[in-house]
Amino acid sequence: MRSVIDILDLSVEELEDLIATAQDIIANPESYSERCRGKKLATLFFEPSTRTRLSFEAAMYELGGNVLSVTGAGTSSAAKGESVADTAKTVSCYADIIAMRHPKEGAALVAANNASVPVINAGDGGHCHPTQTLADLLTIYREKGGFDNLTVGLCGDLKFGRTVHSLINALSRYRNIRFVLISPEELKLPSYVKNETLKKFGLPYVQSTDLEEVLPQLDILYMTRVQRERFFNEEDYLRLKDCYVLTPDKLRKAKRDLCIMHPLPRVNEISVAIDDDPRACYFKQVLNGKYMRMALILKLLKEAKA
Amino acid sequence: MNIDSIQNGIVIDHIRAGCGMQLYDLLKLGELDVSVAIIKNVTSHKMGKKDIIKIDADIPVDLDVIGFVDPDATINVIRNGVLVEKKTLALPEKLTNVLKCKNPRCITSCEQELPHVFKLADRAQRLYRCIYCETKA
Repeated sequence: MRSVIDILDLSVEELEDLIATAQDIIANPESYSERCRGKKLATLFFEPSTRTRLSFEAAMYELGGNVLSVTGAGTSSAAKGESVADTAKTVSCYADIIAMRHPKEGAALVAANNASVPVINAGDGGHCHPTQTLADLLTIYREKGGFDNLTVGLCGDLKFGRTVHSLINALSRYRNIRFVLISPEELKLPSYVKNETLKKFGLPYVQSTDLEEVLPQLDILYMTRVQRERFFNEEDYLRLKDCYVLTPDKLRKAKRDLCIMHPLPRVNEISVAIDDDPRACYFKQVLNGKYMRMALILKLLKEAKA
Repeated sequence: MNIDSIQNGIVIDHIRAGCGMQLYDLLKLGELDVSVAIIKNVTSHKMGKKDIIKIDADIPVDLDVIGFVDPDATINVIRNGVLVEKKTLALPEKLTNVLKCKNPRCITSCEQELPHVFKLADRAQRLYRCIYCETKA
């Protein structure tokens, strides 16, 4: 049974197909409104989430399907000690497809190995979040017309930020991508991502601690939140949480066609004064996420039927 | 130093010096009720120094474990005092329940019955990663 746990589970061709489907959904939403009639999506969210769960549920409703929902480990059998494997086997009896978020890394793979329906990883701890990357890719595609010849700045928590790692992995398969990695020393991109992706594929990158200095070079600026839940030590979190704040003043040095992205939720990283700037794309990203999830649900249900 | 030759059993030879005990532990040879000899730092023309393990019984040994610890080791199967088979090894693509994932955020840290599986991520660097969380071994 085909599942999507990591963005690299999808080939470049499949990503292109998903983007084409999402573009078609945006252009012709009514022709997709009955595609999942009679199908059920189970959203199993064992960790807090607003946007991702609602995005999956909205996606399924807009395809004409139904949703079964579990939110919070405390309200499900997980609270009684049920394993992820047993949960996946059980939910497979009720639903046609599962979207799961879990605080433990690798939980989605365990679910996929045991479910008899497709599983979409909606975030497994600090590990992978492939549908966020799908949202990011559609946003870049729509704003920049493609993925080649871009200078992509990634700013904030590059150590624990799963969206950053996934985006680097996804973009590493395109041509002439250059990365600018902006973070404090303590939150630098892990060496394994540098060695096994950037260096392995010969992708040029520079590291910086100064956002303002590198901002004029960027075509894409991907801001991230410093995530409290990834720290074992509260003091470290408090010291690092506001290390980068994007303000209208700083943006004066940026390109006129810069695309500002953020996986959301934001805390203080982007001033609300930027929200009306035409370069702010983070709420478009949210909407694009729904379209890409629709495209992915359609693809996996089609493959499961075949 | 002399160790008697064995009549029926297995000799794991050409183990990189210092790896013999690790192999002894991972193969759980301490649990066997047969004679087992570990010979450390044996002079070797080819390797300078090497470790050797002799097991006085023809038992199945996990070749993946030996390949993981030292893919250059050789396995000699002895029957009636005669070498009947010589096996060479390679780094295994996958290791199941040989290593434990040390990442406290990994699903294996809270679900005790899950098998701990590692996949070969980089052959040149002999790097293995947990299939669940991708933490390196």
